[in-house]
Amino acid sequence: MTAHGVEAKTSAAPRGMASPDELRSSLRIPIIILIVLGLGAPFFVYPVFLMKMLCFALFACAFNLLLGYVGLLSFGHALFLGGAGYLAAHAAKVWGLPFELAVLTGTATAAVLGLAVGWLAIRRQGIYFAMITLALAQMFYFFCLRAPFTGGEDGIQGVPRGKLLGVLSLEGNLRMYFVVLAIFLFGFFFILRVVNSPFGQVLKAVRENEPRAVSLGYKADHYKLIAFVLSAALSGLAGATKAIVFQLASLTDVYWTTSGEVILMVLLGGLGTIFGPVVGAVVIVCVESFLAGLGGWVTVVQGGLFVVCVLAFRRGIVGELSRVLHRPL
Amino acid sequence: MTTIFGVPIQALFGQLLVGLINGSFYALLSLGLAIIFGLLGIINFCHGALYMLGALLAWLMLEHLGIGYWPALILSPLVVGLFGMLIERTMLKRLRGLDPLYGLLLTFGLALLFQGVALNYFGVSGEPYDIPPQLSGGRNLGFMFLPNYRAWVILVSVLFCGLTWFVTERTRFGAYLRASTENPLLVQAFGINVPRLITLTYGLGVALAAFAGVMAAPIYRVSPLMGGDLIIVVFAVVVIGGMGSILGSIVTGFGLGVIEGLTKVFYPEASNTVVFVIMAIVLLVKPAGLFGRAT
Repeated sequence: MTAHGVEAKTSAAPRGMASPDELRSSLRIPIIILIVLGLGAPFFVYPVFLMKMLCFALFACAFNLLLGYVGLLSFGHALFLGGAGYLAAHAAKVWGLPFELAVLTGTATAAVLGLAVGWLAIRRQGIYFAMITLALAQMFYFFCLRAPFTGGEDGIQGVPRGKLLGVLSLEGNLRMYFVVLAIFLFGFFFILRVVNSPFGQVLKAVRENEPRAVSLGYKADHYKLIAFVLSAALSGLAGATKAIVFQLASLTDVYWTTSGEVILMVLLGGLGTIFGPVVGAVVIVCVESFLAGLGGWVTVVQGGLFVVCVLAFRRGIVGELSRVLHRPL
Repeated sequence: MTTIFGVPIQALFGQLLVGLINGSFYALLSLGLAIIFGLLGIINFCHGALYMLGALLAWLMLEHLGIGYWPALILSPLVVGLFGMLIERTMLKRLRGLDPLYGLLLTFGLALLFQGVALNYFGVSGEPYDIPPQLSGGRNLGFMFLPNYRAWVILVSVLFCGLTWFVTERTRFGAYLRASTENPLLVQAFGINVPRLITLTYGLGVALAAFAGVMAAPIYRVSPLMGGDLIIVVFAVVVIGGMGSILGSIVTGFGLGVIEGLTKVFYPEASNTVVFVIMAIVLLVKPAGLFGRAT
């Protein structure tokens, strides 16, 4: 079993080999496009649908931080999305906290959960890591099914959106959208910053060759754990925001199918690419809403996409694009 | 009524029996996973889905072709085994040399695919499957009532686990298998057709899953969702036992089934999570698993 990243042997995506300046110039135009699209989209598309995309895009970016840059495949990220959602919803509804504090509560919960799960799971590598995270997430699912404050099968419904900083009411969808866009962009740039920092370089070194990184004096486990907690916290940020936007925290968000969904988003968009998770999330959310009327076929299409991606399309959409354009994206 | 630790003795033995039944399926499934992992180096995520397909196939044969339990017990694993070999030949084979995580992702996709298709045709609720007449009824053991079919399931599971152990540890085929797990290149140099061995092993592993599925059909309902959650528990079982030894898989499977059953008696709230809690404890104490070799 190897400790290498998923893409290590396939040269799937461009590595972080581009110099910071090169990367900056290469990313400038796509980032401008992303921001313009984000600002303009709600005037053409239903904002609630876009907010769903943004929440999942942030979730996928957070997941990609772990899989794409550290090579750790977590099969339990729904735990952080859903766990944060429950706590944020509880904080907003029962404790009556304002929007920003409720979201912070959820994010902090996810970070703590991430610390606990990561601490246990990094004891094993490769597919064991995947199985352990999956099992712990399933345990959390059963906990949520039973715990009194989650509302069991009903979930927490009718969560108030509240007011931003106590003044700005978020009941209007357009206003809510721009807050969610701001949260997404914060998460996106935060991850971009982490990936291109010296810390991010060490993460990539651990992914490429863990024993070598250890022999150079880096405590690989510490780096992995910090990356895991960061990824969990950002997933939590996405989950908490999602719960408040949709005024609902439910069991679906902690179930293993959600963990699978985010993997598919990242795989389809492009592992270890900067824009891949965003593109993947947008595509999957669109496909799902398009197929929503067809019931069980969503699962079939997801499964089929998995198979096609793994067999024939391992670079993903953005990975292929970046290969054609010869620039990191 | 006689009680032990304040629990009626009937309830205790009843749950113990349920635990042994669940343990049988944990053991059979984790055994298949371990054999496949040994040779292919991947975790077969669609194991649960193929277990479900095995049960579904038995139900379909009974419903549409009038083929009963006994032929289904052989036919269903055969069909699923051949189907598995097809999967190995057409898909898994192409992932050799890549990171094993890709195998996990591919088989996860297949699991979703199978489960989704089954859901579309059969719905969530599932169908009942009758216990074969030869095994209906039960006997009173004095301290508890033992349904014949449940006794049969435990017996056959133990037998099959033993058989698998015998085949891998005591036969020529098993020797090839173990040698290929250690060093496939060298075994190939000795003139053994390793790719064919891999295909065969994968087929056998999933046939074992389908076999478990047919046996489970009369106990649980035949439902498209029967494999999804089960496989996650089996993953935890595999993490606890470590995939290093066949005997380890068997012991861990049955043991955890029994512990789960006892938890249902003494602290029912935790019965769903006890296996995962044990997994966490084992990871803290012995990260390589109870029977695993350190990696």
